[in-house]
Amino acid sequence: MTDTRADIPSVVARTRPLAAGAPVVAAHFLQETAVFVLGEEALLLLPRADEARRPTVHAGAVLSSAANATRVVTGGDDGKVVATDAEGKSTTVATDTGRRWIDHVAVGPSGALAWSAGKDAFVRASTGAARTLALPSTVGGLAFAPKGLRLAIAHYNGLTLWFPNALTEPERLAWKGSHLGALVSPDGRFVITSMQEPALHGWRLADRKDMRMSGYSARVRSLDFSVGGKWLATSGSRELILWPFQGKDGPMGKTPRVLAPAEVQAEVVASHPKQDVVAVGYADGLVLLVRIEDGAEILARKGTGAPIAALAWSASGTALAFGAEDGEAGVIDLG
Amino acid sequence: MPDKLPVTVLTGYLGAGKTTLLNRILSEQHGHKYAVIVNEFGEVGIDNDLIVGADEEIFEMNNGCVCCTVRGDLVRIIDGLMRRKGKFDAIILETTGLADPAPVAQTFFIDDNIGRKAKLDAVVAVADAKWLKDRLKDAPEAKNQIAFADIILLNKTDLVASDELGELEARIRGINPYAKLHKTQRCNIALPEVLGRNAFDLDRILDIEPEFLADATHHHQDHDHHHEHEDGHHHHHGGGLKHYHDEEMQSVSLKTVDPIDPDKFFPWVQDLVQKEGPNILRCKGILSFKDDDERFVFQGVHMILDGDHQRPWQPGEKRESRIIFIGRNLPEAKIREGFAACVA
Repeated sequence: MTDTRADIPSVVARTRPLAAGAPVVAAHFLQETAVFVLGEEALLLLPRADEARRPTVHAGAVLSSAANATRVVTGGDDGKVVATDAEGKSTTVATDTGRRWIDHVAVGPSGALAWSAGKDAFVRASTGAARTLALPSTVGGLAFAPKGLRLAIAHYNGLTLWFPNALTEPERLAWKGSHLGALVSPDGRFVITSMQEPALHGWRLADRKDMRMSGYSARVRSLDFSVGGKWLATSGSRELILWPFQGKDGPMGKTPRVLAPAEVQAEVVASHPKQDVVAVGYADGLVLLVRIEDGAEILARKGTGAPIAALAWSASGTALAFGAEDGEAGVIDLG
Repeated sequence: MPDKLPVTVLTGYLGAGKTTLLNRILSEQHGHKYAVIVNEFGEVGIDNDLIVGADEEIFEMNNGCVCCTVRGDLVRIIDGLMRRKGKFDAIILETTGLADPAPVAQTFFIDDNIGRKAKLDAVVAVADAKWLKDRLKDAPEAKNQIAFADIILLNKTDLVASDELGELEARIRGINPYAKLHKTQRCNIALPEVLGRNAFDLDRILDIEPEFLADATHHHQDHDHHHEHEDGHHHHHGGGLKHYHDEEMQSVSLKTVDPIDPDKFFPWVQDLVQKEGPNILRCKGILSFKDDDERFVFQGVHMILDGDHQRPWQPGEKRESRIIFIGRNLPEAKIREGFAACVA
């Protein structure tokens, strides 16, 4: 059965479709250029008013990606960390000495860059050499704090906060289980991890207080704070799950807001950069724009295909890029 | 929905011949392309385009269950390999000689992302005919691997005499009567015997007739046991086959033609795996529920159970419920009693 949401407003007609020719695993924007990360070897750049181009960035699988306003950084199974700009020009930022897989990458404030290979995390400020930190187990996820050079590293049985420029030892936040992704709230007060179990864990950094966010039906693989950090939007259920982070206690003792129910799992979420709106991509290809305030929905793509694997908003919020596991992709112009 | 990629797990104690089998698989002309996950990356003599080193990181879940573990490295590696899906059509995972196969299997049940894209095809154990008898005494890992396996290669048979081989076979059967057992030298086996087995496919689950004794009614639970000496004990059957009982690792097989009450069965089996989960390595079953025209099949690893209605019972098909458990120190009498009470 397909979910076409026939009765809600639609922006489907504003889509510029694109056949990526390979599974899309992530999407980003460099100004007005949509960047689709393909499962293997290449990126697909789609400028707003120009032809697509397809720079090759890795010799094998592209395992991870992150972006700031000027470049998309990718990690590959060729052991390389590569930065690519909107023109498609790539530079190899680092090559792992053991040619290990680059499992995770993150971009931070002021051009800082982080990546991980196995149990080692690396940070490089905009200038200077990379620094290394050995973790007790394989790195599950990386995230920079919004200010300063501070890196949150998820791993087995907890999270490590690393201040590469400080002389202090890295701080360990313990919580039993395998932590597979990390995210720091925009105000820097909370750090969240997604776990192997269908649950999230969080810590309030001021007092290390634990927060458990559970009730999911699947492992949460996509999470994103709404603009200003008021809500944490997540996948992992057949709805959009939104945890409230407005108060000083974050979601502690609160229940999440549950919107946009569908017949299949929500796979990817992406918060609008200016409004309290979340784009949600589902396992049947459905993409909805959901207003947090009242749950109003706009149809962005019909649910008649492969699972959505990637969603990204342009910085202005006037374009939404989506990509699916079967290589179907597109950019929706909302300007 | 695209087909899930099959994953074959090679286990076996140190020196049994896993790498020999792996090389045989990779070097034969079969038209398949494999991605290979090995333990020691850079291991000598494995020639394959796509080869990844694993770390054997075993992660407990945060649910208070010590046997609910996943191989954290596999969650990461299989996700990465899936990005290159067009480059290979199956995955072979070689574990270390001391590895427990359970966390590998559980990874496919617990991680929905992996479970959606890949499936366990079979767990293959390679055993060294010359040393197996000793290893079964001094290496719990070796016994675990035999008990867990779907397919067992009793390898290096040229190094032992034939009567010794018969005894080894009986010992293996004492632990795991349900695996397919092959006697090999230098892992010389037709590859369809180890690959593409669908051993974890619920539809294939009840290939559970014990092979060795399938001709007779001599299921081991039918015997009186007299635990006499350290090697376990054995019975002599008509054909000269010995039947060993392993003191520690056994299988329990249950069957009934009486319809089962699902409202009794599910609470019972859940409770059983909650309590005995660490000791139950694997279980499988096919059930005929009361007033239900479909067969229900299930399987489990430790505390994790997976089951579904499979297909309608065929006209003329014997509606019999059958369950097997393979595990350590199983409370057989208690299990029998519990199952008997599930009759509707």
